[in-house]
Amino acid sequence: MHDDLITIEVDGHRLQGRKGDMLIEVTDQAGVTIPRFCYHRKLSIAANCRMCLVEVERAPKPLPACSTPISEGMRVQTRSPKALAAQRSTMEFLLINHPLDCPICDQGGECELQDVAMGYGEGVGQYSEAKRVVKDKDIGSLIATDMTRCIHCTRCVRFGEEIAGLKELGVVGRSDHMEIGTYIAKSVSSELSGNVIDLCPVGALTSKPARYTYRAWELVQQPHVATQDAFGSNLYLHTRENKIMRAVPRDNELINETWLSDRDRFAYTGLFAEDRLTQPQIKREGQWQVVDWDTALAEVAQSVQALVQEQGANALGGLISPDASLEELYLFQKLIRGLGSNNVDHRLRQIDFSADAGDPVMPWFGMDIADLSKLNAVVLIGAMVREEIPLFGHRLRQAALKGRAKIHLVHPYEQALTFNATQWLSGAQAGMLDVLIVLARAAGVLLPETLVESAPVDALMIDRIRADLKKGTRRAIFLGHLAQNDANFGAIRYLATQIAKATDSALGVLPQGANQSGAWLAGAVPHRLPGGLPAVGSGANASLLLAEPKPALLLYGIEPEFDSSAGMAVLNRLKASECVVCFTAHASAHQREYANILLPIGTAVESAGTWVNGEGRWQPQRGIVRSFADSRPGWKVLRVLGTLLDLSGFDYLDAAQIRNDIQAQCAHINLSNLSDVLGAITRSDVRADAWTRIAPIAVYGINGIVRRAEPLQMTELAMKQNHCLVSPIDAQSQGWEAGDCLLITQSGQPQSLPIKIEEGVPAGSLLIYVGVATAGLPAEGGTVEVVREAVAC
Amino acid sequence: MKASKIHLLTEHTRHEIDHWLGKYPPEQKQSALLAALRETQHQNSGFLTTELMDAVAEYLEIPPISVYEVATFYSMLETKPCGRHHVSICTNISCALMGSDDIVAHCERKLGIKLGQSTPDGRIYLKVEEECLAACDGGPMMQVDHVYYERLTPEKVDAILDQLE
Repeated sequence: MHDDLITIEVDGHRLQGRKGDMLIEVTDQAGVTIPRFCYHRKLSIAANCRMCLVEVERAPKPLPACSTPISEGMRVQTRSPKALAAQRSTMEFLLINHPLDCPICDQGGECELQDVAMGYGEGVGQYSEAKRVVKDKDIGSLIATDMTRCIHCTRCVRFGEEIAGLKELGVVGRSDHMEIGTYIAKSVSSELSGNVIDLCPVGALTSKPARYTYRAWELVQQPHVATQDAFGSNLYLHTRENKIMRAVPRDNELINETWLSDRDRFAYTGLFAEDRLTQPQIKREGQWQVVDWDTALAEVAQSVQALVQEQGANALGGLISPDASLEELYLFQKLIRGLGSNNVDHRLRQIDFSADAGDPVMPWFGMDIADLSKLNAVVLIGAMVREEIPLFGHRLRQAALKGRAKIHLVHPYEQALTFNATQWLSGAQAGMLDVLIVLARAAGVLLPETLVESAPVDALMIDRIRADLKKGTRRAIFLGHLAQNDANFGAIRYLATQIAKATDSALGVLPQGANQSGAWLAGAVPHRLPGGLPAVGSGANASLLLAEPKPALLLYGIEPEFDSSAGMAVLNRLKASECVVCFTAHASAHQREYANILLPIGTAVESAGTWVNGEGRWQPQRGIVRSFADSRPGWKVLRVLGTLLDLSGFDYLDAAQIRNDIQAQCAHINLSNLSDVLGAITRSDVRADAWTRIAPIAVYGINGIVRRAEPLQMTELAMKQNHCLVSPIDAQSQGWEAGDCLLITQSGQPQSLPIKIEEGVPAGSLLIYVGVATAGLPAEGGTVEVVREAVAC
Repeated sequence: MKASKIHLLTEHTRHEIDHWLGKYPPEQKQSALLAALRETQHQNSGFLTTELMDAVAEYLEIPPISVYEVATFYSMLETKPCGRHHVSICTNISCALMGSDDIVAHCERKLGIKLGQSTPDGRIYLKVEEECLAACDGGPMMQVDHVYYERLTPEKVDAILDQLE
């Protein structure tokens, strides 16, 4: 076992490492400081900055610690005169062309070059000739460039190639003309691009949204978790004077390693958007009036109580965001249930509820995040790998790269992936069901007679998936958002369950929203109480509540017109409701139309709360900035409201008490996504000659905060999803060109969208994301009519 | 996704690239990049365009930036329009001792251009700062397209340059 242990001596101390370890890995572990710029533990070794030169006994010249493998008995001096001289000379060379603009550099004060120059450089340089200047590049709305400051460590280039899987930055030119750039004018488009900001050891790549707004030493670093997706990435929010200035990753090998997705990193820019609600408001005779909290809450309690007394408990309903904290979700359902109603839900985009009886305690990845990268065979059904949960995609990429995992995607369109996977087109959205029926049968599952495919399925696909689901020991089937929001979700999950059982694979679900797993644990669904216990009596699910809003409707942290499957059509229905109460951080023009009472609640960063990520990890957080204006943490608002309504069990003193309460109710849960309930089968009439719309959710349209994050909205990725994406084949046969305007009509609702030609969209289909720019159309797939308009969009 | 640019490569160029691809393992197509760029440059009378580099990237199934990197690194690959005959006069130590500075000055005077420029008729491109071409025993020397000329004198240079079409 210990055969591969090697003992070396560094600065007179004995250190041990494994065979093949580089010197710097061993010294880093032992806490011995060796300066470096190009070395990064998550990237390949370049050894091009030469800063980590150390003296090794019997070596004629100093050796770079990052690329010198250790050997038995090696004796290393990191601070000997020879090592120091080498480091000093390297430092001097690195500074030859580096500008002395630290006072106006965003990196100043947290700059690796500054720090190392202080520790290892000379006070004065000998170089007195002209310094070179490199023209800045515009690489998009997230990353600012000052390429004159670049020291060519190539960390950003290696990140693109090795981690993001999208090589966009490169080394252009040679010697003193060498530059890091894209060569052609272009934005970087990776969903993980912001990580180069952290990797850059100097101020060449900095955060564009945060630019010139802070000095590093003014910032207070506060730990938090990302609340944009179910990965639960750990991060630090840097605050100054109660304002969030930026977000950076917090290392956690078990979750996000050292990375953050752009959505998690820049979502903070949407927190304090202009329409942030400052005070409670009540609409009286069509006019909004600012009121104090006592008045507002008394009004809510009174209105709700009156409607419940008049029309019964069924007159009350509530919809809550799956991004809300566990505590908020719990108190919200407790409030509604306390008044005798089960009409509470968070599954805003789900449309098939026929298999509710088979629902697990909570949907989850089916395994730990760290195990994702160890999978041998993976089948993803209706999952947007890079968009739904970007770092989930990153983990699968690791599995594909390191473990050579066989990955199959069954999806309505072909995705631009960053790793090797076999992509199978499921046909339009309903095709996923057919694929699973045939696959289950091939796996030897005895299926009910009602389960018959509606169209032939590619036999090669079935054979290949079948064959790979026998490989290795770690296999998994994952249901993505498109599968969960499918009209046949129940049947899809049933079939996936049977296939998983027959092939001895795990079944995973990619939760929608940052805390969907928590929403289930908290009982924020009509048919389940906290801890997954069955509810007494029935309640209306999200789809019913959106189709026929209750007279007293509580909306918590959502804008149903953008956050639900109902789309804009819900606006008129909401206006018909007698009392709509919005618990919200922002107040949009739409909300001001349909709401009767607006209650300003704090966002995730302003209140204590717990988020349960996709691997089932509870991550309690405290609020890190004071409440904005007159807003209050949501759980406190719910607590006061519960007390005002004379409900018992609302006397919590802090969020931890609520969490403990929930935890006690979740003590004996069993996690599994398996479901043996088939549910109803819905077959839509597919007309062969009609255009079919595929409608995934826009990556930067998933919640109100991201939608308000302007830097994200200006990325290439967001812009692309504002188009109608058509296949090159259709574009050619129809004579469509990029930028042309298409008038699309779906279920009688028209909207004009510019065309973008996209490889991967199947002929006969249009890929139109669900987002603000496409909100004129229903928020679901279906048959559409298309007319090209004479004028360009 | 952009429309395919592979058609920009002539059949001959693609044939040549395939020849080089045959020498490397199929998963290491990038190995043929240098040869591919040389052929592509040849097809386009001595320089590469972004479109052509994109076509090579597509043909070799590598990211375009990887092609730009190589094309901008090597001095025998040109990424800007230039004259069709590439004249490189060695100015490294051995040739310098043998009088390469005079040869450079003579060429510049004769052609009316400086190093790094092309003649207005697009005939000759004087490449900038050529490093040692490993023909020190014959200095001063220069390379015209793919041919070495050694022990240069102004008269010899005149004769060589005049016969270029």
